Amino acid sequence: MKVRTGLTWAAIILLTVLPLWFAAAPPAEPGSAAPAAFSGADAHAQQAIGTIAPNYKPWFAPLFEPPSGEIASLLFALQAALGAGVIGFWLGMSVARERERKHAPERDANAD
Amino acid sequence: MHIMEGFLPPAHALGWAAVSIPFLAWGLRSMARGLQAHPERRMLLGVASAFAFLLSALKLPSVTGSCSHPTGVGLGALLFGPAAMVPVGFVVLLFQALLLAHGGVTTLGANVFSMAVVGPFVSYGVFRALAALGLSRSVAVFMAACLGDLATYLTTSAQLAWAFPDPVGGFSASFSKFAGIFALTQLPIAVSEGLLTVLVVNAMARFNAHELRLLPVMALAKGKAA
Repeated sequence: MKVRTGLTWAAIILLTVLPLWFAAAPPAEPGSAAPAAFSGADAHAQQAIGTIAPNYKPWFAPLFEPPSGEIASLLFALQAALGAGVIGFWLGMSVARERERKHAPERDANAD
Repeated sequence: MHIMEGFLPPAHALGWAAVSIPFLAWGLRSMARGLQAHPERRMLLGVASAFAFLLSALKLPSVTGSCSHPTGVGLGALLFGPAAMVPVGFVVLLFQALLLAHGGVTTLGANVFSMAVVGPFVSYGVFRALAALGLSRSVAVFMAACLGDLATYLTTSAQLAWAFPDPVGGFSASFSKFAGIFALTQLPIAVSEGLLTVLVVNAMARFNAHELRLLPVMALAKGKAA
């Protein structure tokens, strides 16, 4: 169980990190500049719409836009922190509860 | 999978909203009823929601050289049924649409449909099918979360292709273009989401075994704990 958990974590990390080395920037759409490496797929789809339907005009603008990339990353980090906080609370509580239930000298309770 | 604000023609935007609203209402009812009958599930529902919040904020690099994010709604669908994840996905998408200019209010219906309806229902269906086949819980959870994630992105591709058919090749040419952007990027990310979901379910099986056994869906998979 422990080995498998470790291997699973390693696989997740590799799946995330390896593309940074081995993936090339996506090819340019005809008629537009090559997109920056590791930009969002959503933005690429937006570009594709531009080539399929060059006359389409978005008919609604976002009500509020983060004034800068920094603010956007602040809000994304806030979203992730909320999620991670709740999960951490549950894990910590669970570990403590298990320990108490067993009244045993602590075994390593790092199952995540 | 966020279709940007204003990037669906009004008829499509309204249509997808009309499709998603009944699912949202059903989800809210099923969630309220579930919590009333089983208040002890609040903690796990919170964890499942938090998982969706966390994962959908993480934009991960992928083999295509662009970034995309997992959805995190598969976990909750396996625990509480697919309908319960509709409100959770809705809240995540609303937060991103209003504060992050990521997705949009006009495209909320379409985005809710792909991430909070199709994803959870595919996850749930895959899990039930694999559990019925007698596969181990870890395999079934992995496949369910992974395929649900991919299904969300294929749905987005279909939604965009429907709204913007290729002038020459029509829907299918357009679909393969959008799927090339979304689904290909999503492949390794969906695998990661599947693995992470297995880890969380394993942790729940260890710490919340009692609650987990009482969940209708999880009871299907005979616990060959990983």
